Amino acid sequence: MTPGAPLARLALILALGLAGCGGEADSAIDHAPASEKPAYGDTFIEALIGNISGLIPNVLSDSASFEVGSLLYSGLVTRDRDLNLIGELAESWRFSKDCLDLTLHLRRNVRWHDDAPFTAADVVFTYETMINPKTPTAYREDFRAVASVEAVDPYTLHVRYKQPYAKALQSWGVWMLPKHVLEPYVREGRLREAPQNRSNPVGTGAYRLKEWKPGEKVVLVANPDYFDGSPYIARIVYRIIPSQATIFLELKAKGVDSAGLTALQFKRQTEYPAFRKAYHKYEYPANAYTYVGFNLRDQRFADRRVRQAFAHAINKREIIDGVLLGLGRAATGPYKPGTWAYDPNVKTYPYDVDKARTLLAEAGWKKNADGVLVNRHDQPFAFELLTNQGNDERKKVAEIVQASLKELGVQVDIRVIEWASFLKEYIKKRRFEAIVMGWGIGLDPDQYEIWHSSKTGPDELNHISYANPEVDALLERGRTSCREEERKQYYTRLQEILAEDQPIIFLYFRDALPVVSSRVRGIVPSPNGILYNFHKWYVPKHLQRYTAE
Amino acid sequence: MLGYALRRLLLALPLLLGITFVSFVVIHLAPGEPAEVQTGDLSIQSDAQARQLLRETYDLDKPLHVQYARWLARLVRLDFGKSFSPDARPVLQKIGERLPVTLFLNIIEMLVIVGLAVPIGVLSATRQYSLFDKVTTVFVFVGFATPDFWLALLLMILFGVQLGWLPISGLRSLNWEYLSFWRQQWDFLGHLVLPILVATFGGLAGFSRYMRQSMLEVVRQDYIQSARAKGLAEPIVIGKHALRNALLPVVTILGLSLPGLIGGSIIVESIFAIPGMGQLMVQAVFERDYPVIMGNLVIVSTLTLVANLVADVTYSFVDPRIRVGARRGRR
Repeated sequence: MTPGAPLARLALILALGLAGCGGEADSAIDHAPASEKPAYGDTFIEALIGNISGLIPNVLSDSASFEVGSLLYSGLVTRDRDLNLIGELAESWRFSKDCLDLTLHLRRNVRWHDDAPFTAADVVFTYETMINPKTPTAYREDFRAVASVEAVDPYTLHVRYKQPYAKALQSWGVWMLPKHVLEPYVREGRLREAPQNRSNPVGTGAYRLKEWKPGEKVVLVANPDYFDGSPYIARIVYRIIPSQATIFLELKAKGVDSAGLTALQFKRQTEYPAFRKAYHKYEYPANAYTYVGFNLRDQRFADRRVRQAFAHAINKREIIDGVLLGLGRAATGPYKPGTWAYDPNVKTYPYDVDKARTLLAEAGWKKNADGVLVNRHDQPFAFELLTNQGNDERKKVAEIVQASLKELGVQVDIRVIEWASFLKEYIKKRRFEAIVMGWGIGLDPDQYEIWHSSKTGPDELNHISYANPEVDALLERGRTSCREEERKQYYTRLQEILAEDQPIIFLYFRDALPVVSSRVRGIVPSPNGILYNFHKWYVPKHLQRYTAE
Repeated sequence: MLGYALRRLLLALPLLLGITFVSFVVIHLAPGEPAEVQTGDLSIQSDAQARQLLRETYDLDKPLHVQYARWLARLVRLDFGKSFSPDARPVLQKIGERLPVTLFLNIIEMLVIVGLAVPIGVLSATRQYSLFDKVTTVFVFVGFATPDFWLALLLMILFGVQLGWLPISGLRSLNWEYLSFWRQQWDFLGHLVLPILVATFGGLAGFSRYMRQSMLEVVRQDYIQSARAKGLAEPIVIGKHALRNALLPVVTILGLSLPGLIGGSIIVESIFAIPGMGQLMVQAVFERDYPVIMGNLVIVSTLTLVANLVADVTYSFVDPRIRVGARRGRR
């Protein structure tokens, strides 16, 4: 499923979690000799698997557009290497005691790409754009809690909230839009048709657009007036290559400078010396986990002991080794290890078939003479496990689950269904018994939409129909506090309950496996991945491969 | 003659209408709609309000027959509408920027195929069961059986990665703007070699086979015997008397492959990262971009019908029997 970061641009920063370099990966923490000073110039070539769909990311939803957009635009706040919120276009901010008032002070030296100054009026305009019912944006939710936004002076902004809102500050990471350019289009509800969505976008980001040839490439050049200093790498070329296999071959032929690898490519196909010399490899847990979910309206799965038994019968290590070649880590709950809300001390379910049998027996399921698990009425335990087409990983997970549950005498049939009909006919209509799926998680621990019992409607995301009053209360409290320590208590308790309840079996967080050309310096892997400081990356003069002029 | 062509043309119209209607319905029946694709299928922030807004913008909240009527009303004014993709550009503009690349590639490809297939076909027909014939037969079956993408990857690994002689994908190098004029052409040619090689390989197989078959039939005809009997040299018998007749069915097939020139090859374009029509169509299908899909379809099916018509009309020029048949039919 699509990554559910509350803010698209934050979702984009692929990387989250524990420090990047595992045993396999090169330590790229600047093994540059002292003589290699940061230098301006060179071109960085990246492959995009899909075309970008526009240049104003606030009204788009594809990840390619976000990747490009995050270099063209900036927000008031962003995340640093340790995932803390830091100022970007905002210099400082202050919450009132009751969390209802937020005052932001803006940087004074920021200019739009067309040289107009960036002021609080632009922030108000961006807010108005996002809440305008005529704006086709999917990111309105963040601003519903806002009561008013007011520019006190050109560099001071005052925001008032209707009720305390945990994601208040993070929501101001939204891409800022220029009022003096886009106002008429927003008023008429034609933002997508604005010429800035097709060519010459006006942002405040580290790069400016030079050229977009649909289906072929997007070229960005460094913005010399960027408020944080001109970025070192002079030009970025995004080549649109729709085939994963071709991207990999281009990588081998040094046609692109960076790409994300599959586990197989990472482990088996890139271990020869020439590749290791040309690229540095990184690995860190990605922003998404994979799970086995049950339809809790089904009486068999409504019994917690059955779910716990299955959790004991499924060997997570085997799945991680088999499906990801070991490049992932076991999930114990919906938060990624290493993030502030994550609680390492919850109940776990070590692989233990005997324990699983005991639990099933307590729930009234016993093996009969034929080795089939049956209940009192001699009905066998059999169900269908659904997953979507085009995701080999999930299919393999389903196969391992099938084999594991067979040990218990449970018959599992796997069905792989095309994505759109999978959603429409099975997930939304709740016509499934069990699924193998994934959740993308945001940088904020609020997961109200996924676990709250009020979110079980057809278009809503609690499609397993999980309902637990205590969880509901914790989620409500967690999203209406602006203090991290307080929220951490709620989310710790939430994880304890979810671990005990096992509404879904949390399987693993897959590792993101990017490689970057070894001539690029300044990459510091962190819990926030590698891309967060892109404008500080550089190529030493003698290693530069392309001339920019 | 003119009447015949006109009548065919008139008959083609309802057919075209039928094609568009059926495609329109089928596309809209497929699960997933643009408003959902664009607001993120299952993401936390997926916003019902945004979805509704998009539905209204695109008329998706109207009944299907109303949508079709509106689309058709625009079409007769040659307005293909605007893309549903967030860039909201006119469909014709989108197709216009992709078409030259695909057309250019496919025409070259066609020329290469015809240029090679005709001699191969003629040679293997006139020397049936010779070594040459056997070798080409094997080659043809290998060509039929080889998947495009597999061949493409193997060639890319060999020429792009191992030997480093040819670029792997795209149409131009990244430093293209900085090259001299002749270097630019050279660079462009280099990029064309692999895609054309791959695309030609499969097509060549089929085409040379048609040519061979057609030639074999003609060579057995009586008039070839009599040409030989009156003492004409073999090259003239084959080149003039046999080839002209043998080309007839091949010309028809050529005519029918005309729409394919526009459609573009999805596999070749995707794997070589060529921004052509095939890629546009695939992306439109994934995004449920109905106007682009329909626009593409209308153009391709119109061309198919026209190509059919042209093939029939030319045929009647070349082959008097058909013309007579048509006249008799009118009575």
